[in-house]
Amino acid sequence: MSTIDSTATPAMTTARVVAAYVEEARAECLRYLRNPGFLLPTLLFPSVFYVMFGIFLAHANSADAPRYLLASYGTFGVMAPGLFGFGVSLALERDTGLLTLKRALPMPPGAYLLGKMCMALLVAAIVSAILLCLAIFVAGVQLPAWRIGGFFLLEVLGVLPFAALGLLVGTLVKGQGAPGVINLIYLPMAFLSGLWFPLPVMPALLQAIAPLWPAYHLNQLALSAMGLGQGGEALHVAVLAGFTVAFVAIATRRLRRHG
Amino acid sequence: MNDTRIARLVKARKSYGAITALDGIDLDVHRGEILALLGPNGAGKSTSIALLLGLHRPDGGSATLFDKDPQDIDARRRIGVLLQAANLPATLKVDELLRLTASYYPEPRPVAECAALAGITDLLSRRYGALSGGQQRRVQFALAMAGRPDILFLDEPTVGMDIDARQSLWVSIRQLVAEGCAVVLTTHYLEEAEALADRVCVIAKGRVVSEGSVDAMRAHVSLRRIRCVTSLGIDTLQAWPEVVSVDTKQGRTVIATAQAEAVVRRLLDGDPGLSELEVQRAGLAEAFQEITRDTENLQEAA
Repeated sequence: MSTIDSTATPAMTTARVVAAYVEEARAECLRYLRNPGFLLPTLLFPSVFYVMFGIFLAHANSADAPRYLLASYGTFGVMAPGLFGFGVSLALERDTGLLTLKRALPMPPGAYLLGKMCMALLVAAIVSAILLCLAIFVAGVQLPAWRIGGFFLLEVLGVLPFAALGLLVGTLVKGQGAPGVINLIYLPMAFLSGLWFPLPVMPALLQAIAPLWPAYHLNQLALSAMGLGQGGEALHVAVLAGFTVAFVAIATRRLRRHG
Repeated sequence: MNDTRIARLVKARKSYGAITALDGIDLDVHRGEILALLGPNGAGKSTSIALLLGLHRPDGGSATLFDKDPQDIDARRRIGVLLQAANLPATLKVDELLRLTASYYPEPRPVAECAALAGITDLLSRRYGALSGGQQRRVQFALAMAGRPDILFLDEPTVGMDIDARQSLWVSIRQLVAEGCAVVLTTHYLEEAEALADRVCVIAKGRVVSEGSVDAMRAHVSLRRIRCVTSLGIDTLQAWPEVVSVDTKQGRTVIATAQAEAVVRRLLDGDPGLSELEVQRAGLAEAFQEITRDTENLQEAA
């Protein structure tokens, strides 16, 4: 069989490939920023909790409470865009045929996941910025600029392990069941990691198993960024990186096999 | 020799668990042609397209697109796709969807041109989720041609469209074909295949059971049907050598024959009181039914 004349095929330039990644990320950000069902709970829950417990009810606690709770709710706040942004959307898009269409189209490899990742980073940045503003301007927390910058960067990057976990759940669950499953991970993990009640006041067993949860490690790092940490930052970073790599590895294997 | 085959399945097999979706199917799509895939649900039409799009790999045999593996992105940069079920992001506007899809291709068609071809210029600034089903389908069609494809895969493109919308889509498809684009179309609407296709492939139980032009497909069923109200008995008619089969339906006698003229002459001679005479050539619908029924009978006999 002779070859097909391919003179008519124009080559895809590198610039156009890069542009395709940018367009994918742009479209992914736009569609979620326009989705109040996703955006409002993601932004409001951590902000409202912080205002209630970190500001109005803080007088009953120590003077460090607004700073301590900024770390907790910051961690709580970035879990949602990762878990829901990846998990729920992937589960739905596998179910509704969008992922199939994207796989049939000549979308550059990984653009789909990178686009979602950009979206999760962006929303995490917005959540962190809102909480920082509340802490500094409403609660009057005094923080040097480097702590503010460090906390912001930590929380934005901190979305990644949860995005990876969401990705994994999205490959295991299909369709409408995903929000329930994600909530069953999100809320207990927040509690067990000491985001709602400080770990020292929790039962010894729960304290002992806290290092199993990614949110615990991110929260320890957030506390360090606030100057309330107990050290061991390198270990926490390594554990989070390990979780991320493991979740992504399992998820991509499943995606490749089942689509 | 210049080979005009741009998409091929060769002895392709695909099973999902215990279900055999494709059973060694051979299929060629030639440059610039419109090929319609017809067949009952579960016959293997969508699986054939899924293999050609690289969504699945064949268990046996091969699937190629422009002589390449369909999973090769360079091959897919020459295709356009409209899938049967694909919920696009509801909060994106139509022009944003077009812009995104166009970004995947080396030399895409400008957004305005896609919109004009698909008749959606007035919808560009609307959100996809706010459109009617028929409008969404037209948007999906615009996305399918955004990359100036050499081959377009349309899986049930006009489902949910009214007849006007359907016909205007047919006009757009013909326009693309005039530019040299090949089209692979699956459809349940036989008039769609009759209106568009150069070639028809009937698929049943994971194989091509018949293939040819629409006319050839009709000729495949050479029989014509004579309906009438007559006093001649079934036994009498069955004894005539030209008659293949006789049946009664709703008080009418239905005769299948390859020599309609001769049978009609005998009928009129034999029964002066005969009324409600009708002679019909099989349409594509009947041809298609006949072909799939024959295959089933053959397979049952085997």
